[in-house]
Amino acid sequence: MSRREDSFFPNLEGRKRLDLIFKLVFFSANLVGLSVLLLLLGKIVRDSWGWLDMQFITSFPSRFPEKAGILPAIYGTVYLMIITALFAIPTGIAAAIFLEEYAKKSKFLSFIQVNVYNLAGIPSIVYGILGLTVFVRWLNLGRSLLAGGLTMGLLVLPVVIVTAQEAIRAVPESLRHAAYALGATKWQTVRYVVLPSALPGMLTGIILALSRAIGETAPLIPIGALTFIRTIPKSPFDSFTVLPIQIYNWTSRPQADFRAIAAAGIVVLLIVLILMNSIAIFLRNKYQGRIKEI
Amino acid sequence: MIKSGKDFGRERGIQLILAVAASFSVLVTAFIIISLFEEMSGFFREVSLKEFFTETRWSPLFNPPHYGIAPLVAGTMLVTVVAMIVSVPLGLASAVYLSEYAPDKLRRLIKPVLEILAGIPTIVYGYFALTFVTPAIRAVIPGTNVFNALSAGIVMGIMLIPMISSLSEDAMMAVPMSLREAAYALGATKLEVAFRVVIPAAMSGIVASFILAFSRAVGETMIVALAAGSTPKLTLNPLESIQTMTGYIVQVMLGDTPFGSIEYKSVYAVAGVLFFITLSLNLVGNRIVRRYKEVY
Repeated sequence: MSRREDSFFPNLEGRKRLDLIFKLVFFSANLVGLSVLLLLLGKIVRDSWGWLDMQFITSFPSRFPEKAGILPAIYGTVYLMIITALFAIPTGIAAAIFLEEYAKKSKFLSFIQVNVYNLAGIPSIVYGILGLTVFVRWLNLGRSLLAGGLTMGLLVLPVVIVTAQEAIRAVPESLRHAAYALGATKWQTVRYVVLPSALPGMLTGIILALSRAIGETAPLIPIGALTFIRTIPKSPFDSFTVLPIQIYNWTSRPQADFRAIAAAGIVVLLIVLILMNSIAIFLRNKYQGRIKEI
Repeated sequence: MIKSGKDFGRERGIQLILAVAASFSVLVTAFIIISLFEEMSGFFREVSLKEFFTETRWSPLFNPPHYGIAPLVAGTMLVTVVAMIVSVPLGLASAVYLSEYAPDKLRRLIKPVLEILAGIPTIVYGYFALTFVTPAIRAVIPGTNVFNALSAGIVMGIMLIPMISSLSEDAMMAVPMSLREAAYALGATKLEVAFRVVIPAAMSGIVASFILAFSRAVGETMIVALAAGSTPKLTLNPLESIQTMTGYIVQVMLGDTPFGSIEYKSVYAVAGVLFFITLSLNLVGNRIVRRYKEVY
């Protein structure tokens, strides 16, 4: 190769080889995530093997791992999610409607928006301390389901707002114009045109927010979700425990058998999460692009 | 049809309700700050600011007690740095592959795996750190403590990979195709395009993803509560048991600390510092990320 050609193709072979090597390096970075995921799932299934049965689902916690179960934790988790959803979904959607449809661009609007984004990044344990101070002490709700559910509601509120905003933003402007042209008021347009079209997107966001809430442990520790309760909560003012708290308690004990039932609890938690996410994906696929077809 | 006066009242009423809901988020922030400050002021009546920030021991249960936050901050930073050492190269490499190399089919396979990793509850990561990663480390380095910053940091780093990967990928995807095409036209390889064109152009977005991941690591609680230990210590050795700010809060909250005691108030002081650090990081990170979304 002459010098002249050389300057046109400075070490092309070597550069291509380097490109290939790095392509493999970048690819294997993704394999790390996948292999850890498989390792983690394998480890948990193996640890829990033989422990996850009907007795485990239908029993109360116990000093003896072979008799212990997650019944109150399951009830606690379901009740907590109901309270969280009742609080966070209407508030979040209403806030999103206001921010997207009503508010005029202003300093205050962008302040609210920045505030929502930053609320999402506040450590969950800080929400727990907020809940302890405001709900447990100031409002005197005690260490109750209601206090826990409201705390969790505050935690997922920014997620609900942001995803609902995105869903509303995705509704084509032409639909609104059509409604206005027929003489609809602002609220009628929102209620009968925007909300129905944005609903699937909102639902996806809500499910994602709730699956975040189901797995959260830290915010409920200051609230004082108990781990050793022998009753199923009957009212929102009763004390409670949830799956992640129960798992935390069992994991933090040194005995291998408690670790095993912690793993069994994790399997239950992961199955619930997989179910919820499958519903979210199903909704997303079913309704994706439906508006464009019209 | 002409709208009646009642209709207007209804419209205005609805708008008011929606506005209240939107302002609610600001109220939450206000309540966080108020509730932290109330107990913090009580704490700082008993412990001087000077002691809090310059004392090098954190031992609330000793007599006399010491309240220097340095060991808790140091423990937090130790775990966070380990987490960043794991997550920054892996997350960035993953993002480069997804944005520059991956064929569409493979992208659609890798993205869900990352989403699953991101959706796993932190308590599960904590379990994994304590029962798998720690024994593995102890098998390699026998002197390692059962509770150590390394195990918590490694697992936290893995947890952060999806966050860095997806935020960095967004930033890289936002780099206009024309820039890449110009470089290809000059005979650059993909690697050269990635390192000399795409990454520099997406730099602020990539840095923002690091900042947000850092903030997340500082505030992460369950992994460190299970795996990092509960011995506040000024050390650079990741094989020792340490305590993070979040770990201290959990430890006190699990005990029977009475309301109003100095130990109870100290939680608010630690949480206040935690809140301040994460809020500052998030403000910077989110500002950069959002500017990106608006420009392209």
